[in-house]
Amino acid sequence: MFLKRQPHTMTMTAFPRLDLRKPVLLALFLLLAAAFVASLAAGSVSIPIDNVVRVLTGGHADKDTWRTIVLTFRLPKALTALLAGAALGIAGLQMQTLFRNPLADPFVLGISSGASLGVALMVLGTAAASAAVFGRIARFGDVGLVTAASLGAAAVFALIMMIARRVHSVVTLLVLGLMIGYATSAAVSLLIYFSAPEQIAAFTAWSFGSFGGVTWQQMRVFFPVCVVALAGSLAFSKSLNALMLGENYARSMGLNVRVARWWVTASASVLAGAVTAFCGPIGFIGVAVPHLCRALFRTSDHRILMPAVMLTGAILAIVFDLIAQMPGAGFTLPLNVVASFVGAPLIVWIIVRRGSFGLV
Amino acid sequence: MSSAPALTTHDLAIGYGPLRQRRELSRGLNLTLAQGQLVCLLGPNGAGKSTLLRTLAGAHAPLSGEIRINGVDMRSLSVQALARHLALVLTDRVDAGHLNAYGLAALGRFPYTDWSGKLSGQDEQITQAAMRAAHCDGLAHQIVSQLSDGERQRVMIARALAQQTPLILLDEPTAFLDLPRRIEIMQLLRALAHEQGKAILLSTHDLELALRYADRLWLMPNDGVLAEGAPVQLRTSGQLLHTFAGEGAAVTTYLSELLS
Repeated sequence: MFLKRQPHTMTMTAFPRLDLRKPVLLALFLLLAAAFVASLAAGSVSIPIDNVVRVLTGGHADKDTWRTIVLTFRLPKALTALLAGAALGIAGLQMQTLFRNPLADPFVLGISSGASLGVALMVLGTAAASAAVFGRIARFGDVGLVTAASLGAAAVFALIMMIARRVHSVVTLLVLGLMIGYATSAAVSLLIYFSAPEQIAAFTAWSFGSFGGVTWQQMRVFFPVCVVALAGSLAFSKSLNALMLGENYARSMGLNVRVARWWVTASASVLAGAVTAFCGPIGFIGVAVPHLCRALFRTSDHRILMPAVMLTGAILAIVFDLIAQMPGAGFTLPLNVVASFVGAPLIVWIIVRRGSFGLV
Repeated sequence: MSSAPALTTHDLAIGYGPLRQRRELSRGLNLTLAQGQLVCLLGPNGAGKSTLLRTLAGAHAPLSGEIRINGVDMRSLSVQALARHLALVLTDRVDAGHLNAYGLAALGRFPYTDWSGKLSGQDEQITQAAMRAAHCDGLAHQIVSQLSDGERQRVMIARALAQQTPLILLDEPTAFLDLPRRIEIMQLLRALAHEQGKAILLSTHDLELALRYADRLWLMPNDGVLAEGAPVQLRTSGQLLHTFAGEGAAVTTYLSELLS
């Protein structure tokens, strides 16, 4: 293995490989494909895998209703889970590296609350008419929704970044992030307090988190926003590697820190904002997936972590959604319940197994 | 190796301002750091060692005057260009999680790789040579968070070497290390200066080690008047005693005994 790569150097020490570990990434990709198809097959009505594959490839299922179920309900839901999982994982990874903090993620630092506030301001704040939340959202347009959520997320993110420049203690920053999260949540609560009951009900349902609320119509916004932001984030893998050593070192190695920080912040805000807008605030994926990938790949190299986090985040989100549906039980659990029940022990396991977090 | 000195300053003034209240730490600095020289910057805390180092590194704007890196005015160099002239080793804590020492040293190739950060065979060879030069190639597989302070300092020096700059600045590279490690680091830096022709400037509190290993000393007393010269010169001229004069009688007595 090593000999193949270093025929030119007569080294006394073998140096480790720094390549991209494509086989494991390929395995993850296949796992994602399997989880994706499984999520189309499972549910209150189970549909045979071969029928699912036939529908996906443009053919017909044994029953017409199966085709409708797959194309109208399950496919947008699975696609939403895939995009949301990848997006939350990447946003978490970007923030953990940017803040050099292993616990940073959109949820913990209040970015999701900021996005909620953006949505709440738009949905509840203009409470002249008493239309239900999602009727209202449709009227404002999905672009407006993503914009509101992203602006809310970016506002909180900018605030945290400003504080982070002055406060260098990781713990202080985390506590401040939590406080900002509480404050924005309180603002949301205040808005709810002065809103009509049906708006509150719809808003509460939204805050449970769900991948099922995105229609094909909304997918026209959600899909391109996520794909562009995810693809854009890949361009900053190298910058994140340098930022891992802190801003002073990054600058000394030739990174334009301000530009890099701006783009990474923007990308994380848009990703967290878009997911929160369409799926509600979803916890744990953002903080857990980067740690899972570091442990799995035994690396902190963002050139490996970026694709790994996208794939793992997508897989986890689909699996969480599968569990939430409780196939055969006839009811659906809120997504955040599943994410917390599965995610919390996962994080505990990672911490205990590693003895410490190390850092990002 | 270019013929111009690695670093020169012309009538440089350092300090803070003008946004905050202007505070000048030192002025009229005309310093030269030649290729193949190890220079130690000594002085009491608060005299402005760190500010001088940060200013020379381009991380802090000078109040006035000029800094030339290999004959080129620093202000005309972009961040990217500067990274090919000057490498830094700082006291900032490096906690790179799962990164192994080789991966950390390879980050020194940052200014030379494309947008994706892909390392060529040549980049890997340069990194490996840098690790051998810093005597840390045996640590290549180790996870950075499991390295001792001294080992990590070696890897950070290897990273600076992999950056292939004629000039390396180090901020208190021997702080937090025990005596054997401090000696090893100083010996390593002197060897890099003398054998590879690097111009190396480091700030330190290790007076005895600096006197023994440095080619030149820059002394920064609290009055801001920097004295420069070979260790032998500064020992006899009384400049060393003057530099630490404000540190109390015990220090003065210790220094007098050390220098006699």
